[in-house]
Amino acid sequence: MATANRSDLTITVVSDTELLLTRELDAPRDLVFKAMTDPTLLARWWGPRKYRTVVDTMDARPGGKWRMRNIAADGGEHAFRGEFREFVPPERIVWTFEYEPLPGHISVETMTLTERDGRTLLTVRDQFASKEDLDGMVNSGMESGARESYERLEELLAELKAKKTA
Amino acid sequence: MNATFSALAEPNRLQIVELLRHRPLPVGRIAERLRMRQPQVSKHLRVLSEAGLVQVRPVAQQRIYGLRAEGLKELDDWLEGYRRLWGERFEQLDDVLRDLQQEKGKPDGHRK
Repeated sequence: MATANRSDLTITVVSDTELLLTRELDAPRDLVFKAMTDPTLLARWWGPRKYRTVVDTMDARPGGKWRMRNIAADGGEHAFRGEFREFVPPERIVWTFEYEPLPGHISVETMTLTERDGRTLLTVRDQFASKEDLDGMVNSGMESGARESYERLEELLAELKAKKTA
Repeated sequence: MNATFSALAEPNRLQIVELLRHRPLPVGRIAERLRMRQPQVSKHLRVLSEAGLVQVRPVAQQRIYGLRAEGLKELDDWLEGYRRLWGERFEQLDDVLRDLQQEKGKPDGHRK
């Protein structure tokens, strides 16, 4: 890999509407697939660490709906929902993704699993409906660390540039 | 503030930002260094400055273009937030997968 990335997580800005994540997982593909679709298992990892995740619906089949909530310690919650477009065990899931307070801003997540020597390479392609939607995400007030310098600019530019060398 | 991503997703504009990272420059120098035509560079600089990524400062007879830290910080913060979200998810997924493999009694000697 040309770019150094913390914990092997690579994020590539593919275009102005598309992000690509890759991460290697130390488990065979069927197990990773199970962890990505079993409601009990999903609840254990899908949310940010400081939230509790509740899986309300996980109807894993083409056309089936899903809904999950991230619940904060103070009771505040963020609900997400979508629909399965493809469901191909154990190699591929495509679902739509919508943050309920922003209805209509629907992105499509394609998750692909590839097994190699008992390990699994997971890629997530996050495709936004428009560049306004992706820019909107930037402005949606995701938490920020206060930094004034260009210290991470190298990394940022590498991510943006990766598409050109891909 | 808007359109940060689309401003930077254009390869020529990304090159300009990379160049300006070293030091602020006038349009002519940017065009020269990147072997682009000056009107083309001006057009890109306009998009970058509308996105809040670049700012202009008049020095003597010249207009000097430099990076605007706040604009880049916003994008950087967002990517960092996105990275952190997925990073945390994957770390927790690592734990789940390790537990599942231990349940299955994988003979890896790490069982508690």
